[in-house]
Amino acid sequence: MAKVVMEKLNKHFGEVKAVRDFDLEIPDKEFVVLVGPSGCGKTTTLRMVAGLEDITSGNIYIDDKIVNQLPPKDRDIAMVFQNYALYPHMTVYQNMAFGLTLRKFPKAEIKQRVKEAAEILNIGELLERKPKALSGGQRQRVAVGRAIVRKPKVFLFDEPLSNLDAKLRVQMRVELKKLHDRLQTTIIYVTHDQVEAMTMGDCIVVMKDGLKQQVGAPLELYFRPANKFVAGFIGSPAMNFMEGELLSEQGGLFLQTMGFKLKIPADKAAKLKSYPEKRVIFGIRPEDLPEAPASIPNETIEVMVEVLEPLGSEVYLDVKVGETSLIARAEPTTKAKPHFKLYLQPVLENVRFFSIRDERALL
Amino acid sequence: MRFRGSGPIGISIFFGYLVPPTILFIPLATIIFQLKIWDSLWSLVLIYPTFLIPFCTWLLMGYFKSIPKEMEECAMIDGASRLRVFWQIVVPLALPGILSAGIFAFTLSWNEYLYALTFISTTTLKTAPVGLITELVRGDVYHWGPLMTGALLASVPVALVYSFFVEHYVAGMTGALKE
Repeated sequence: MAKVVMEKLNKHFGEVKAVRDFDLEIPDKEFVVLVGPSGCGKTTTLRMVAGLEDITSGNIYIDDKIVNQLPPKDRDIAMVFQNYALYPHMTVYQNMAFGLTLRKFPKAEIKQRVKEAAEILNIGELLERKPKALSGGQRQRVAVGRAIVRKPKVFLFDEPLSNLDAKLRVQMRVELKKLHDRLQTTIIYVTHDQVEAMTMGDCIVVMKDGLKQQVGAPLELYFRPANKFVAGFIGSPAMNFMEGELLSEQGGLFLQTMGFKLKIPADKAAKLKSYPEKRVIFGIRPEDLPEAPASIPNETIEVMVEVLEPLGSEVYLDVKVGETSLIARAEPTTKAKPHFKLYLQPVLENVRFFSIRDERALL
Repeated sequence: MRFRGSGPIGISIFFGYLVPPTILFIPLATIIFQLKIWDSLWSLVLIYPTFLIPFCTWLLMGYFKSIPKEMEECAMIDGASRLRVFWQIVVPLALPGILSAGIFAFTLSWNEYLYALTFISTTTLKTAPVGLITELVRGDVYHWGPLMTGALLASVPVALVYSFFVEHYVAGMTGALKE
């Protein structure tokens, strides 16, 4: 159990700056998820915490102690790798006991701890098998088991679920979360899958190009993204973005773009007043684009339906406005058909505005 | 395996291995004469590693590279020192490769002809392939009986070694570890 602090962390690989000025404070017992597209520096950050990668500059503290120069084995951490990295020549039991044996724990305690971990993870009957004889999900459990027997201060997970099939992944997601509840240990979890990040994390850190974009609780990131990147990255299907112009006219502020004009609600308009430029990027989530029965001036937009994606509980409509493609969520009862026109009524209270220059959120 | 310059070193070992022994035996002969071990089995003990070490290095590089580095990293987090990681994780996983390299090295030195012919002249010291040719072929007279017997006997150790290790050997040839 420990607090992990990263301070002005930098990692350069030659000319490439993989992680830049990364600051993060992870409170004890928190489940933190680092998420971002591949190459954003999340795994590098995790590997620096593990001690597998040298730090170019900055500090890492575990429990208020600088660990920059400490070798991995002295940091009291455990890591689960994407490919599990089970030792193929050892049985499951030996795999799990390896770390304890090296630390010269008494035999009886090793046995006790492995048994305990195996029970938590439901792999009790597999202990005598070799990794080759296990399925993907079982290997995953063994890898987690090998981490938990040591009772480390911090768990590091490096995309542990990405080699599992979709169904198993959902199941393991829940189990890992339960495990965190039970163990009450700090977890740093790296993934590129925003659904994993949203469902598992107490706190999510979104990264891009080695830079921290936003840190916050899942729903905070969803409803109040700090910039266009976060807004587009969190949420599936992704938020729709368009460029438009702000027009001050009689009766308030309007958003003008590609042949339609929408009236911005008064409270948002008041906040947007201070924005000096006319052009903005605005984003609407698919669920904020409900169908409208008929055209309403300044409230609806006319679109052409291209593709229907029925999921059962909802239907996603791929539609086109001019040259821009949008995705809208509709009820399963929708009458929309490909190649027919449709009216959508954006929920303007939920529209996000971004600066066209630096893509920061404006509200 | 991942140290700086490992690529160029690997390639230079490979090119070193490509130099034909017919060119190398002249300078090697000078060295052997200077060390005064000509016509002694020690000359071969000293010379065979000159081609066996590059060969085995080249062969084993592939096996060691096939071991995921996460496995080593995981062991290091588990608390193992570099040396322990090598002995407890890397060597057991590369065992098929190490055995293959050993068998290859054995066969190569057993069958080696040129150096043995050059550096050994006492009949009792001659290696099997050299001895067979030089002792049992007199001018254009071939002593077929002893020649064939000799050839058969000379191949017995190789056959034994192969059959003994064949399981590991085949496993080694088809890739050290899949999982």
